[in-house]
Amino acid sequence: MAVIEDMQSVPSIEDVEKIKDRRRRMAAVGVPLGTALGLIALWQIGVKLFGVPTYIAPAPSDVAGAFISKFPVLMENFWPTLFESVAGFAVGNIAAILIAVAFVHSRQVERAFFPIAVFINTIPILAIAPILVLIFGPGITAKVVIAALICFFPTLVNMVRGLQSVSPQALELARILSASKSEVFWKMRLPSSLPFLFSALKISATTSVIGAIVGEWVGADLGLGALIIDSTFNFNSPLLYATVFMSSGLSVFMFAMVTLAERLVVRW
Amino acid sequence: MMAAENIQGAPVQSAPRDLAASLQAASVRFGTFTAIEELTLDIECGSFYTILGPSGCGKSTMLRLVSDLIPAASGDVTIFGKTTEQARLAREFAFVFQDATLLPWRSALKNVELPLEIGRNRGIDIPVGSRSPRELLELVGLKGREDALPHELSGGMRQRVAIARALVCQPKLLLMDEPFGALDEMTRDRLNLQLLDIWRETGTTILFVTHSIAEAVFLGQKVIMLKSHPGRLREVVDIDLPEPRTIAQRDTPEFNRYSAYLRNLLETC
Ligand SMILES: Nc1ncnc2c1ncn2[C@@H]1O[C@H](COP(=O)(O)OP(=O)(O)OP(=O)(O)O)[C@@H](O)[C@H]1O
Ligand SMILES: [Mg+2]
Repeated sequence: MAVIEDMQSVPSIEDVEKIKDRRRRMAAVGVPLGTALGLIALWQIGVKLFGVPTYIAPAPSDVAGAFISKFPVLMENFWPTLFESVAGFAVGNIAAILIAVAFVHSRQVERAFFPIAVFINTIPILAIAPILVLIFGPGITAKVVIAALICFFPTLVNMVRGLQSVSPQALELARILSASKSEVFWKMRLPSSLPFLFSALKISATTSVIGAIVGEWVGADLGLGALIIDSTFNFNSPLLYATVFMSSGLSVFMFAMVTLAERLVVRW
Repeated sequence: MMAAENIQGAPVQSAPRDLAASLQAASVRFGTFTAIEELTLDIECGSFYTILGPSGCGKSTMLRLVSDLIPAASGDVTIFGKTTEQARLAREFAFVFQDATLLPWRSALKNVELPLEIGRNRGIDIPVGSRSPRELLELVGLKGREDALPHELSGGMRQRVAIARALVCQPKLLLMDEPFGALDEMTRDRLNLQLLDIWRETGTTILFVTHSIAEAVFLGQKVIMLKSHPGRLREVVDIDLPEPRTIAQRDTPEFNRYSAYLRNLLETC
């Protein structure tokens, strides 16, 4: 009897589970957030305590100040980089997908071009960026090409793997149904490649931003990369830090978009 | 409709029947290795055949030969009097694999519809069964789960989707390679009974590979025993148990006699 009464007064097991679950979720967000805030506070205190000059390491408050006072400048430089990153992301990935399809379609094409793709991938992007700026000039084209190039290889490799990831049994099913090559492609190969494609796209979401910024370092008047160079040479550390945060914000935004698209598309 | 199919599918032992499949001294080689040697076998229309044999004796290879997945090195295989390729193009047969082989991004219903989509845009005349994909899912007991993705279904449910998919073009010959091999005993029993119902209703011919002697006796009107090294026909055993089969029959002396006979036969293969 006592036990039964106890059970009624105490919240049910489900409720306890729910509370625990909420706590767990809050901890999942709260712990890293708290850590980050703690580190920022530590940075603020350290810089002020040891009297570090602002041009060497600005305090978080200085960076926040630069963010507010230089916001129009930051935004003016944000848009070109966003455009270059997105355009490079699109061009590089579409090229990689199409070439992957060609590779899977014909071993001959793969044998001819895969070594070239590997070779291009081995050239450091920092080394090839000046060459591309020389070829395409100081406009945005060079930056788009650099961003595209940096996206290209991971997507190519993943997409080829994805298109080949159809199980042998599924291919036997296709044969028993007398499916044509294009039916196998559209109904089996392409859908089964999507999880592979999205893991590559998540990589390129952030690397395309790196590509655009590296391109802007080599030569540009506008863009977050140009602003980084500019504020470094002017010892404007608060603006430099604000620009760096802006760049990583752009990467996070691109990554979040791809993740969202993946959730919508890959439901299995 | 059901009555007509019942008559067609009802076992008639005496009358001579058309052949669903016929193998004449068919051999299969992988390089220098002979997987099947001079296999001669007639598969009668409308019967339920189970195939037993030691592991690696060529049971899967035999089904793959019949379904035109691999060619015969020599000999001849015909299905309803046609070559295996012609029969494949006409969708005369369907195949159920050991794992369901569903496309994971398609719902149960969409998976069942797959055979109807393949070839449609090429103007190929796809035989459409009398039952719609929805009705087939109902037939295999999956009403209400049409929109579930394969990963949301249990192994037994996935296998039932695969069976519904195999039935959608109303095949006259159904090839099944250990379709219930990965399932637990209870699920397997239930699916066995369902399969027998489907067989009686549709009147299709079934070739069913299994490792289980009990399953072979329970399902089969005839058990094809193969022997290994190389794969050859050992014996075709008629199972004369009363129809329709029931789970209770498994405890009868006749059933056990068949089981014991097949077990002895298997040991000498
Ligand atoms: N693609 C292949 N290449 C080479 N050898 C093969 C191939 N497929 C099957 N074999 C060989 O043919 C023989 C028969 O194989 P099969 O898969 O038909 O056996 P099985 O009777 O289905 O065995 P199990 O009961 O284990 O499924 C085996 O010795 C196997 O090694
Ligand atoms: Mg096998």
